[in-house]
Amino acid sequence: MNAANDEGGDIELLLPWHAAGTLGARDRERVEAALANDPELARRYELVREELGQTIELNESLGAPSARAMQALFAKIDAEPAKPAVVSLNLGARIREFFAELSPGTLAWSASAAAIAILLQAGVIGGILLKEKSAGGYETAAATKSTVGEGAYALIRFQPQASAADVTKFLETNKLSIADGPSAGGLYRVRIAAKATPKADLDRILKALQEDKVVGFIAVTQ
Amino acid sequence: MQTTSDEVLIGRIANGDRLAMQVLFARHHVRVYRFVLRLTRNEATAEDVISDVFLDVWRQAGKFEGRSAVSTWLLSIARFKALSVLRRRGDEELDDESAEAIEDQADDPEVALAKKDKGAALRQCLAKLSAEHREIIDLVYYHEKSVEEVAGIVGIPEATVKTRMFYARKKLSELLKERGIDRGWP
Repeated sequence: MNAANDEGGDIELLLPWHAAGTLGARDRERVEAALANDPELARRYELVREELGQTIELNESLGAPSARAMQALFAKIDAEPAKPAVVSLNLGARIREFFAELSPGTLAWSASAAAIAILLQAGVIGGILLKEKSAGGYETAAATKSTVGEGAYALIRFQPQASAADVTKFLETNKLSIADGPSAGGLYRVRIAAKATPKADLDRILKALQEDKVVGFIAVTQ
Repeated sequence: MQTTSDEVLIGRIANGDRLAMQVLFARHHVRVYRFVLRLTRNEATAEDVISDVFLDVWRQAGKFEGRSAVSTWLLSIARFKALSVLRRRGDEELDDESAEAIEDQADDPEVALAKKDKGAALRQCLAKLSAEHREIIDLVYYHEKSVEEVAGIVGIPEATVKTRMFYARKKLSELLKERGIDRGWP
């Protein structure tokens, strides 16, 4: 790369990102060490900082769009067909979603809907538990005698729109049993493996489960 | 105060949550607008483009996989749409025209005064850069994008991102030199 070779190496190429604070730790340390030992590089770094400041000032002087942009957007959105519910968030986003819903601000507007969903789901899951018990299906010792037992467990929150039939089918298909719940946030503790399971296997199981349309949130628990 | 993450908003938007869309729009539309405006140099066009950008977000939210930051995704869509508009408008040579327009102001008393003000001169030279150079400087300095993120937005290798930024800065120094400001580099 000519620029790097001709103009003092790779470090100089990284100066803009160092000034903007967007370098990784390793590169940041390399640049800082070079700056401390090379006065000419340090002088050039000041030029970069100058450019950074003026670029921000230039962009900030551009103002903001008028309300027309937002009005046009929402007029188009309102003209769109209604969206079917989708389950596409990755696990990280699901966890963030879970904690976001526990924050006071979000609870303020979602409390009513969440309460209704939890009540409905409690009824749905309760019905399933009774059905399991009477049928002698996949009931486990852990599920009936204690909320703590051997095996691997996950916390699951089902999609509010999931029907009793959907949840039953999901549990049966995946050979899961509900050990506890619902707790705050509509979470159920579900046994996902009969014995202690290696993390890699748990990750694989969870990944498969979270693809199911009835699952709103899922994470491993003790 | 805890705020809802962009990724969570996208998840809600995927489920048709209009309020989440309003939050995401409020959070990002000014920066996206400025990015597009710097490329298109037309306020009405930039406003049209950002409406289209966020409409795409509404439609495509379910496909967002979280491999990049939401802001990076927005800028990628915005860039694609801005360049499409420029192509449709048939003014790929807009850069030269705009540069000429700015150059024509050189005798303006305000510009003459700017020569004495290094900061103002720098801003004017930043505005005179080609679209390719403006874009990369804005992404790095204003939108705070890493080498990897810029590579993703612009669609070029990371090594090219670094060299393009270098040459953009070099061009900036040359423009300043033409105005009588020698930075002693390159």
